[in-house]
Amino acid sequence: MIKAVLIINNHGKPRLIKFYELIDVEKQQQVVRECFNSVSKRSDRNCNFLEGGGFWSKETKLIYRHYATLYFIFCVDSSESELGILDLIQVFVESLDKTFENVCELDLIFNMDKIHFVLDEIVMGGLVLETNINEINEALTNQNKLEKNEDPLSGLKDVLNRVQR
Amino acid sequence: EYGVTAALNQTVDSIFRKSLTDLVRGIRNNKKNESTYINKCLQEIKEELKLANNDVKISAVQKLSYLHMLGYDMTWAAFNVLEVMSCSKFTAKRIGYLAAAQSFHEGIDITMLTTNLIRKDITGPNLFDSSLALNCLANMCTPDLARELAVDIVAMLNSSRPYIRKRAVLMLYKVFLKFPDALRPAFPRLKEKLEDADPTVVTAAANVICELARKNPKNYLPLAPLLFKILTTSNNNWMLIKIIKLFGTLAPLDKRLTRKLVDPLTNIINSTSAMSLLYECIQTCTVGLSSVTSVIRLCTTKLRSFVEDPDQNLKYLGLIALHNIMLNHPKAVMEHRDLIIRCLDDEDITIRLRALNLLTGMVNKRNLIELIQKLTDKLETAEGIFRDELIEKIISISSQNSYQYVSDFEWYISVLIDLTRIPVNKHGKQISWQLMDVAVRVKITRAFLARQMILLLKDTRLYSDNRSNVNEVLYSAAFIVGEYSQYLDDIYEAIDALLQPRITSLPVNVQIVFVQSVLKLFSFAVSGTVIGEVDEDHLIERVSQEQLLEIMLRLKDGLKSLIQSDHTEVQERACFISELLILVENSNFSDLNNELGYLFTDVLNPVAKDAQRRVPIPEGLDLDAQINEIVESEEEEFENGDTNFLSFGYEETQNTSKFIEEETQKVRISRKQQKQGPYYLPDDSKLNTDELPPVEQITAEMLDLKGNDRLWAKRPTASIPKRREKIHVIKTEEMPDDALTEDIKEIIEKDSLSKIDLTAPLRDDEILPTAKPYGITDPKKDKMTEKKKKSSRNRKSRNENDKDRREKRSNKSRNDNNRPRKSRDDLKRNGESIEKSISSNKNN
Repeated sequence: MIKAVLIINNHGKPRLIKFYELIDVEKQQQVVRECFNSVSKRSDRNCNFLEGGGFWSKETKLIYRHYATLYFIFCVDSSESELGILDLIQVFVESLDKTFENVCELDLIFNMDKIHFVLDEIVMGGLVLETNINEINEALTNQNKLEKNEDPLSGLKDVLNRVQR
Repeated sequence: EYGVTAALNQTVDSIFRKSLTDLVRGIRNNKKNESTYINKCLQEIKEELKLANNDVKISAVQKLSYLHMLGYDMTWAAFNVLEVMSCSKFTAKRIGYLAAAQSFHEGIDITMLTTNLIRKDITGPNLFDSSLALNCLANMCTPDLARELAVDIVAMLNSSRPYIRKRAVLMLYKVFLKFPDALRPAFPRLKEKLEDADPTVVTAAANVICELARKNPKNYLPLAPLLFKILTTSNNNWMLIKIIKLFGTLAPLDKRLTRKLVDPLTNIINSTSAMSLLYECIQTCTVGLSSVTSVIRLCTTKLRSFVEDPDQNLKYLGLIALHNIMLNHPKAVMEHRDLIIRCLDDEDITIRLRALNLLTGMVNKRNLIELIQKLTDKLETAEGIFRDELIEKIISISSQNSYQYVSDFEWYISVLIDLTRIPVNKHGKQISWQLMDVAVRVKITRAFLARQMILLLKDTRLYSDNRSNVNEVLYSAAFIVGEYSQYLDDIYEAIDALLQPRITSLPVNVQIVFVQSVLKLFSFAVSGTVIGEVDEDHLIERVSQEQLLEIMLRLKDGLKSLIQSDHTEVQERACFISELLILVENSNFSDLNNELGYLFTDVLNPVAKDAQRRVPIPEGLDLDAQINEIVESEEEEFENGDTNFLSFGYEETQNTSKFIEEETQKVRISRKQQKQGPYYLPDDSKLNTDELPPVEQITAEMLDLKGNDRLWAKRPTASIPKRREKIHVIKTEEMPDDALTEDIKEIIEKDSLSKIDLTAPLRDDEILPTAKPYGITDPKKDKMTEKKKKSSRNRKSRNENDKDRREKRSNKSRNDNNRPRKSRDDLKRNGESIEKSISSNKNN
């Protein structure tokens, strides 16, 4: 089972936190800081696995990938395949790329809820749901179409949003 | 509401009200006063939530979701989240359900209110509403929700869309976790999903069963043939990985399964190009097929290439898998020793730690010293976590299996002493216990140790290093010097070392041992009595009168400052010794000599770690029963006093004396119970403590201690003789009489889901709970309302009909008295009465 998915930037600021276990809000922030501390110490030449410590039990692993300014961290237990999760992180990032068209950190900053929606197509309740990038993208496109259809002024809003950014 | 003008109005409004984008930008622009800014925004959000406008509420909840990520709790807005979830707009639902997944949980009352909404969305016609609800539920399911919605989720297992089916499958796992009673009735349906047409649904089912199997694998053994079919026919890597992991849990339970798996797994190992799949196969072979040596050899070959690969990830995984193989086949891994030792120098700390872990299993008598030498060399350059691990490993490798591989204890003790010289050392306690452990278990080391410990006691470094807890080592050093004082050359030296003024800077627990050891030394010196068992080679020289006077003088000197110590226990013991000294001085020496010696003649053996927990509770003892009944008798006393004023004084005194007697009786009983209770470790002496009079009246004769009239002889040799034959290590540990066979802690920890047995057939009463309609039902009325419902149903979409058919199918197995089935004749007969009821309704 996946216990948490975190996206943290190079300075330790969280861009997405999703816990699949019940942890209270303050503890969540502490866990985020701990994970960032462990992960940021490592050079890019090191392996992408860290073993649990601090808040997590010894069987928990932090499987992470570093893309430009962001760390994508999956905290998993022993029932997940390590290399499989690494691939899954890649799928997640590709999906974000398709959703935001050449995604950059700024996109993630202003659209936190949309990242959740993408992740929800891949992982549900801590279990891997879908790994095929096409299926994921298709479902997301359909849902976004639904949203656009409900909103008669979506076109105008899009322009306004871009201007505001 | 959604005319263009209305929408325009709202947009104009929303330009001035903060959207999520505005909030985020605002936070970025207010980096210096972030929390004040956010609190201001929270106030605005609170105002917005009071408005009736849905769009405003939606935006407010969206902002709260964002702030939750920054650590701001939003449970106070739970009701508003519920409102947003209930909107029919998809945009609103998306935001509402996300907020719910982030903030709802068992402790929040509102969570219960979501039941019907979630049920409606899950079973409803909209594909994405359904998936939203399932996803949210997976994150915040409570036992109540699980119980209420189980039947609906099981119904969705037959949805026509695989998109929903796989979500329903994964959701089932959460239901089982929160409501284990659902496992038995729902399992047959879950099993069906392993044969679903869509591969992602099959993977989801395998995933859930894999998780379940971790708790109670034998439940899922009957699935093996089906899983085997999937294993040999599928080419979907994710699915294969899950199935293979599942087999890893099942294979150890059944030898035939192990044999059947050899071929397909070997095939995959030899042919696949997917590293993830190869790795999982190897892991499963290690866990489940460890008896098949050809497979294991194949695995170690493949793993060697993992470790040699430049990709750090593969290196890491190779080391982990080798470690698992090593647990069962240490020799298979031995041949790769050099490769692993090279990994100790890798720049990646994760890999170094793993390599270190692996080395633990690769030692034997011949290579232990060489290996430990390599590790101590690395200690000089190591730092941080790696250094701590090195120290721990050095100790655990050497001490494993009761020092099975140590042939030269002198060398090992010097290694331990060297470890104490490492600066900023957090392992003081560990090293300390090791020294004590060696001393207690390996008798022949005691002489050598006692002398070495004197040197340690005089080592200035151990007293001054404040950043480490290495002064804990002095705890054992003092203990050993005291306990095995018969091996010392020079008692004066020992006393001076034990009573140096700087021991007052040590932690209290260490100081106490020093003082106690001084007492042991003194008793040995006075009586010439040997502490513990006597070894033929090591005998003692009796101390002369002048030497004794000199010893007592030094003791008095040294104890002066300790008598005034701030710590009660130190002070108490120091005072005790001082008084003893005075007694010895003033009395006839020969009388006290022997008696003093008797203080320490018992042997101290190692005690098992869980001995305390294993003490069985004697029959008839109720730990929760009241011991004292003070309150009652107080009331009694009061009542009696009340009724009779004239003889008040007399009765009171009578009652109080009776009260005191009762009390002492109770105390005596409770003390007796305590002695028999679980927290009292009985000793194995021949005494029957129940029959003894109170402590003050016990005389030495009654205690029947071992007397000791040994002769005196030469001093023991300085070093430990190197013996060819096996060195005897005391392995037996003290346990309470009738110790429990299983540790209580382990018994308690099996949770309710793992206790469920799926192999027993399903009973009739084991069905998923359904919501029963309220009110008294009139069969005639029911038939009519059924017909009305049926006609209106025809107007709805196809999806709804699917749902009805599914419901009917799931209802087949249940006797549902509230909805009688109708035949065509019934309907015809009821035709007239329906028309009548329609007209009568019109009239009403």
